[in-house]
Amino acid sequence: MDKLLLSGNEAIALGAFEAGVRVGTGYPGTPSTEILENLTKYPGVYTEWSVNEKVALEVALGAAITGARSLVTMKHVGLNVAADPLFTASYIGVKAGLVIACADDPNMHSSQNEQDNRNYACAAKVPMLEPSDSQEAKDFTALAFELSERYDTPVILRSTTRISHSKTVVLPAPEPRRDREPARFERNIKKYVMIPAYARSRHVEVEKRMRRLEEDANNLEINRVEMGDESIGIITSGISYNYVKEAYPEASILKLGMVFPLPERIIEDFCSRVERVFVVEELDPFIELRVKAMGIEVEGKCHFPVTGELSPDLVRRPLQALGFTAGKTELQTLQNEVQLPPRPPSLCPGCPHRTVFKTLHKLGLTVTGDIGCYTLGALPPFTSMDTCVDMGASITIAQGIEIAEGKDREKHTVAVLGDSTFSHMGLPGLLNAAYNKRNSLIIVLDNGTTAMTGMQPNPLSGERINGEETVILDYKKLGEAVGIQSGNIAVVDAYKPGEIEEAITRLVETKALSLLVVQGLCVILRRRRGRRS
Amino acid sequence: MAKAVYSILMVGVGGQGIILASDILTLAAMHSGYDAKKSEIHGMSQRGGSVFSHIRYGAKVYSPTISEGEADILFSLEEMETLRWLNYAGSGSIVITLRTQIKPAMVEEYPEGIEEELRKKCGALKYLEPEQLKKDIENVKFFNVALLGVLAEYVNLPEDSWKRAIEERVPRGSFEDNFKAFQAGRKYA
Repeated sequence: MDKLLLSGNEAIALGAFEAGVRVGTGYPGTPSTEILENLTKYPGVYTEWSVNEKVALEVALGAAITGARSLVTMKHVGLNVAADPLFTASYIGVKAGLVIACADDPNMHSSQNEQDNRNYACAAKVPMLEPSDSQEAKDFTALAFELSERYDTPVILRSTTRISHSKTVVLPAPEPRRDREPARFERNIKKYVMIPAYARSRHVEVEKRMRRLEEDANNLEINRVEMGDESIGIITSGISYNYVKEAYPEASILKLGMVFPLPERIIEDFCSRVERVFVVEELDPFIELRVKAMGIEVEGKCHFPVTGELSPDLVRRPLQALGFTAGKTELQTLQNEVQLPPRPPSLCPGCPHRTVFKTLHKLGLTVTGDIGCYTLGALPPFTSMDTCVDMGASITIAQGIEIAEGKDREKHTVAVLGDSTFSHMGLPGLLNAAYNKRNSLIIVLDNGTTAMTGMQPNPLSGERINGEETVILDYKKLGEAVGIQSGNIAVVDAYKPGEIEEAITRLVETKALSLLVVQGLCVILRRRRGRRS
Repeated sequence: MAKAVYSILMVGVGGQGIILASDILTLAAMHSGYDAKKSEIHGMSQRGGSVFSHIRYGAKVYSPTISEGEADILFSLEEMETLRWLNYAGSGSIVITLRTQIKPAMVEEYPEGIEEELRKKCGALKYLEPEQLKKDIENVKFFNVALLGVLAEYVNLPEDSWKRAIEERVPRGSFEDNFKAFQAGRKYA
């Protein structure tokens, strides 16, 4: 077998394929998007971009309890959306393996927060594996499917930006699993119908399973000790393992492949063999607190940052300050002394969203924003966005502002969100606005794609993940169906500034709930299509 | 190779083709029998912003990212970006920069004194003249692969590995032209 150079995301897709995955669902989100994009290329695997992560997890759970190995992909904040099914999927368990590949984004390279999703494994009582490179990303994916079936539980595979988007060498398996026979759903009411009476007995099963997993974690090969200098022991996992090896190769290391539940006997034994123990982990003191709860003295976040990404330097410097000087030495760096203007990201030249933001800037309205490229409308020269919280929050935050300001408010609120975000979580907010008689203007910036994450189709693009044609949501009918007056629904061309300004001014003046769709194909997509034809 | 791990930082501006170029380099290292890793960032930061790719190869590579001062080569496709990332270079590093200036959005005047600062700080500095290099190749479409040819003169990887890596990553049918551009880059260096 030839070696491959794969990103962590490509490796997870390959690992799932090799493990005989039959269903892949997900919602695009940096840094997780390429997992499903790559899985689509393999034969015999059904894939879909679901409208949101909750839907994606439920579709995959349905497939898994019917007997098809299923993979769900999302970014860290996506698991917030999918948290509802996650906690009960933990009770229901699986028939064929169910793996949730979830990518955290420490340092928020492309996210609104840097939550540590290891906390979900603990909260939902499901095991979590964490790879350190692409080879492990592939191997751990296959292992996650096995564990899922062996312990009758969903398994979370946690990646981070530096795993998902780094390319490292991978040796593929000689022969992928080929048993992709259609499955048949079998009734099992006490396991699949979570009414209180049945859920109570399932919770007992969940606790039993976690005790078994805690015990068996001590025999998992992916939890391994590399003994070195016994004066210093470091417990670590994921990308941080690489930084530790780079910064302090002489140290004794306990590398955890499974970060929940923890292998307590291995940890106790390791800590008894070294003089001083450090926990090196990105973001929360997840491992540190659990080891401390075991009554073992370890040091972690008092030396290493709790925010942002780690790096070899951020591991080495605190250790050196404590007198552990065997590691790499500080390097002389060249320092630039010329003042440079920053080069922040910005809306592309020719981007169809530019005119809307110019107009909103000119009109000086209160603008609630959302998640996508267009959040860049908050930066100069537009500076025409007042809030950005999470997917779909433009529509709902606008409602809250309106309610709090009351009748005699000076400015109208305008919610701005993209087409993919609108179908992800904008719909319930829209329904709420109509039902509760709110009167903001909702502007959908429809560029025909999910642009920020690299051009994935959505229910407003007329195409599925594999390019197959499909239905397109009809804004006009939708608006009327929720109760917006037909005169207060308009669709305009993104490249006609006069029409955009006229429509916004007119709809704001109606002082009623209104929907404006500004249509213009994403310039990157237009360029790509032009090249293809 | 004397060093255990060799590190190259490629920098530039979104749309300059850094991702493809670093892909080819990392593949060439892998085909030469090395452990190889590369790291970059996708998503929002890519929209017209500063773009970088860390490439590291050797007998065994752990961190996919380069530490400050550790880059053996800083290879930059834009002058201001060369200075922005200069702290990844050390006194022994080779700094290669294309004489190209791209103004960030909202910036009227391109900053002055960049070349002077580079000449003052860098022990080994190589300026690449894009117009001259473009003359040496038949089609500017293959300019980035020509730049890799320049870089190839500074990293010790066998010709066959480069050939294979280029073939695997450029569109089918364009290998011959790309490889010619690569050779022109080597000569230019």
